[in-house]
Amino acid sequence: MKALAGYLAGLLFGLGLAISGMTDPARVIGFLDVAGDWDPTLVFVLGGAVITTFIGYRLVWRRQTPLFESRFQQPTRRDLYTRLLGGAALFGIGWGLSGYCPGPAVASLPGLSWPLAAFLVAMIAGWWLSRRIRPSQ
Amino acid sequence: METMSALQGLLGGVLIGLSATFLMGLLGRIAGISGILSGLIFERGGDRPWRLAFLLGLVSGPGLLMLSGLDWGNVAGDSGATIGAPASGLTTMLVAGLLVGLGTGLGSGCTSGHGVCGLARLSLRSMAATLVFVLVAMLTVFVARHLLGGSA
Repeated sequence: MKALAGYLAGLLFGLGLAISGMTDPARVIGFLDVAGDWDPTLVFVLGGAVITTFIGYRLVWRRQTPLFESRFQQPTRRDLYTRLLGGAALFGIGWGLSGYCPGPAVASLPGLSWPLAAFLVAMIAGWWLSRRIRPSQ
Repeated sequence: METMSALQGLLGGVLIGLSATFLMGLLGRIAGISGILSGLIFERGGDRPWRLAFLLGLVSGPGLLMLSGLDWGNVAGDSGATIGAPASGLTTMLVAGLLVGLGTGLGSGCTSGHGVCGLARLSLRSMAATLVFVLVAMLTVFVARHLLGGSA
């Protein structure tokens, strides 16, 4: 059941990315290019996703536990660390250069190209490196 | 067709929100792609099956759309397509991929974990991270496109 739940969540996420246009780096860069021909699509995607998640979370949190697990696991830290914001800044540079963030890059596997493959391999290397720098929490 | 793009964006966003809601309601987890996938690759233990299943689902979403031939993609250059062409060549992609991996690893999240789930949880850390990566990405595109005149 847990695997089925994971598959269902992944499927909805992948469909959402493709239908919204976020699997197209040109659309994403069109949003980031505020000095050019600005494409607002990403605002609608993020808005729709955040509002739906906001309502959905409040509904599921009415239960004591998730359906298939013993507890809700949420980040508990409240502090603003250099690592959090420095990491976000590095991510922003990579996102701006490529138009890919991790979700759309992986969801685009059915249309694999050499540049995408290079991006994915380098991203995994980056994850490995970050775990060397910061042993997992 | 700007209106159509906006509506498809909204619909896709709602689907992503439903995905995040299901993952929290069923497994009690945040739908953060970088965390789920890097965990799948680098961590052992009981989370591997659902993380692997999530990856298969994530890939099969666009895959099914492509196979079914439905005109549901919202790709800027080609309305019939589901997945767009890469924006740059191999070298840029290697650098970008490394920065995205390193940055989301150190910053504990990407557009989904901080941007969608974190904002919905009203997490201050996620709001700060989202603001930083969106502004830095905008600055990067400005420098690459308008100052250097590259194709990024």
